Parts: sequence; C-alpha cells; structure tokens
Amino acid sequence: MAYDIGVIGTSWGGLAALHQFLAELPRSFRLPIVIVQHRHKESGQLLPGLLQEDTGLCVCEVDDKTPIVGGNVYIAPANYHVLVERGHLALSTDEPVAFSRPSIDVTFVSAADAYRKGVVGVVLTGANADGSRGLKRIADHGGLAIVQRPDTAESPTMPAAALQAVPGAQALTIREIAATLSSLPLAPVRQQRTGT
Amino acid sequence: MAVPLNDGSALDGPPVSYDGDLERLEIELLLEGVFRHYGFDFRSYAYASIRRRLWKRVEAEGLSSISELQALVLHDSAAMDRLLLDLSINVTAMFRDPDFYRAFRSDVVPLLRTYPFIRIWHAGCSTGEEVYSAAIVLEEEGLLDRARIYATDINDRVLKQAKAGIFPLNRMQEYTENYIRAGGERSFSEYYTAMYDGALFSPALTRNTVFSQHNLVTDRSFSEFHMVFCRNVLIYFDRALQDRVHSLFYDSLVMFGILALGSKESLRFSQYEDCYQILHVKERIYRKSK
Repeated sequence: MAYDIGVIGTSWGGLAALHQFLAELPRSFRLPIVIVQHRHKESGQLLPGLLQEDTGLCVCEVDDKTPIVGGNVYIAPANYHVLVERGHLALSTDEPVAFSRPSIDVTFVSAADAYRKGVVGVVLTGANADGSRGLKRIADHGGLAIVQRPDTAESPTMPAAALQAVPGAQALTIREIAATLSSLPLAPVRQQRTGT
Repeated sequence: MAVPLNDGSALDGPPVSYDGDLERLEIELLLEGVFRHYGFDFRSYAYASIRRRLWKRVEAEGLSSISELQALVLHDSAAMDRLLLDLSINVTAMFRDPDFYRAFRSDVVPLLRTYPFIRIWHAGCSTGEEVYSAAIVLEEEGLLDRARIYATDINDRVLKQAKAGIFPLNRMQEYTENYIRAGGERSFSEYYTAMYDGALFSPALTRNTVFSQHNLVTDRSFSEFHMVFCRNVLIYFDRALQDRVHSLFYDSLVMFGILALGSKESLRFSQYEDCYQILHVKERIYRKSK
C-alpha cells in the first residue's frame, strides 16, 4: 500500500497536539499533510507561523488551487472549507458543516474521494464530533484511519467519536502517530519528489 | 461516552462503491447537457466543489445518481432552477473579512478619491452582501455620489434578492461586529430597518447601482472600470477558467485600476501576475500597472 496524502483534523487542544506532532516529524518527511484546525473566523494567519517554529518542513496556509507538494504542511485557512482535488487544494465558502468552516469532514471526504485508498486520515483532540464521518469515508475507501488515543487527548470527545464511527481505526499516541506516518510507503509520484 | 455523529446533513458524495471514473463521466455529461439545453456553462467549474453541490441536489431530489439528476433537470425546468441556485449561489456575509474593508477604506479609497467619477464592478455579486458593504464605506467616505456601480451575476434570482436589499435579521449581530472590526464608526443599525425577520437596507445605498445579469464564463467586458471586486468567486472555477476571467478583468480595468480578490485567492498562478502591482499583500488587492 502506498500513500498520496495525509489529512489531520483537530479542534480543542489542537495547537499543543500539533506542536508535538510536527516536532516529531523527520526532515526527510515527504507525505503532503493537510491540517484542519477549528478556529475563529477572524483568527488570521497566526497559526501557520506558530506551527512553522516546530519543524523544518514548509508550513503554509492554503491559497485557492495550491499545488500539493510532498514535504509541505498545508493549513486550512479560517472561514473556508478546503477541498482536496488530485494534484491541488481548492477552497470553498459554502455553508459551515456542523457549525464548522473549515469542516474536517468536508476535507476528509474530498481527500478520500480524490485519492481513494491513498489517504491517511488522523483525528486528534477535540470537543465535538467533526471528522468522524470523514474518517469513516477514508476507511471505507481502503485508506488508513488513525485516531489519537482518547486517554492521551486534551479533549477526548472527538477521537472517541471517530473511534466509534471507525472501530478498526488505530488508536495511537501523538508520538506513535508521527512515527507511523513517517514510515509509510509513498505513492510513486511522491517518491520521485523525495529523490530530488 | 456516546456522541451523536454529526448533524445528518447531506453526505455530499456517492456511496463508496460508486466508480470514480464513471462518476466523472456522468458529471461531465450532465454539465454538457445543461450547457447545450439551457446555456448555463458550468463545465469549467472546480470539480470537487461542483461535485459536492451536485450530490447535495441528488439527495434533495430523492435521487441516487448523477445520471438521474441529468434526466430530471433536462426534462423539468423547475428542477433546473433549483440546481442553478445550488450551483451559482456563493455564500458570503456583509463585511466578510473585516480586515479587507479596513484596507479598502485606508488604501483604496484615497486612490478612488482622485477620480472625478468612479466606475466599480462587483463581478459575481450573488445576493449582494458585498455590494452593500462597499457602498456603506463609499457613503461614509463621501464617494457614493460620484460612483456608478455595476453589480452582476449569472443568476437572475439572486440579483433580484440583491436588489431588494433584504438580509436575514438574525445575521445583523454578526454583521454589526464585522462592520465595527472593519473600522465602521457609525451605528450599523442606521443602515437598515427591521421588518418581520428581515433587515431592509436603505435603498439610498444602491442609488447609483445597476444590477444586471452577466456571465463571467461566456460574456465579454462591457465597460471600463476603476475598480473590480471579485471576492471568493474564482475559487469555484478551474484554472483555465480563472485565466479567462483574469483576462476579462484586465481588459475591463483602466490603467492603475484596482482588482480586489478574496483573501485566499492569488494572481500568483495566473498569467496576469506581471500586469499588476500588489497594493495590499494580505488582502489581495492589486493595481493594474501595465
């Protein structure tokens, strides 16, 4: 099995979890990652800068039609949904889903439908149930479903809901999640980029 | 702990067993049919979002495939009207991105002030939230009387809504906060009258505005403008169509005219990047420079 893209969803407690996750990734990490962190619609562009401090990988906020490139960490902008298409990321201002924009489910579902079994979905700490339906869709397409172990999450609600929706998902600590993602085989197009 | 799974809203996609290549073919056939039968050209819209909207309509009509939706809309123009609304409404808010309107007031208004007469185009104005927001700033800056504003959209029904100037009353608290964050110094409620569950905005705000149907995909430039607003419209187009529309905007702007895009839209990937200077980098406000 080879992977094209990783999608990560988190809400309450996400900042600390993401700090820890990114700090664990090796510089050679080449799986493109899209992070959807719930936040206030006027929260501006602080988050990418904060997360950039943790990693040598390039952290950037998604602009419309941003090409998907291995080794980059893409952050969903406040007040937009991020839709994964093959090769690039598109934005939408469609209605919030379950009160959220960005919605984790919207990004996860689009990733699963675009890259099918080439997707790794990760649900981290959070105080609502966003991400469950999207993670189920990733698993149904044959992708890899991972959930932060609820007893290690600052807010266990979101990972617990995801585990309930996808009982076969791997429940791991943040460190184990980073190690798992780092050791995944990459789809051919990603491997080529690794070689350059 | 039992947590309810989401809100039960539309699945926004087909069953997992659905063949992805077949689905793409069905979507292309439906869009081709809609174009040839009704003249609405959605063939170059961004795939993931049009797909999401089509599946919402499939579910709302109680159908189970894109092909069934195609048959329905081709034979039933009322169903086509419903689909057209789904495909063409861009959800927005008054003073969405308050920082943008702050930049408009501080960085763009002084430039507009140098013209004796100002022509502005809101391209893809949808239900008009942005038209009213910009008009409020222009009114407060004393420029509305010398402005002629064209607000266009592909969809006649949203234009009527925009023209009526009635917005949901339950959004006024949010819009008031946006207005204040955008640097508004009056009382926002001066601009509307509450009636039932709607807020009727002062018709004086659109005294110099013409609402008219215009299709960014197929229609040509229709005037020369000092400023074009097109915020969060191009995100629904694919790259090729974005380039076409950028060429339309370039042709429609006077030299040193202003182009305002959504705050996550960029000229970076377009062939017109070199033709503009950046006036405000964060809010994606550009000035035609050659």
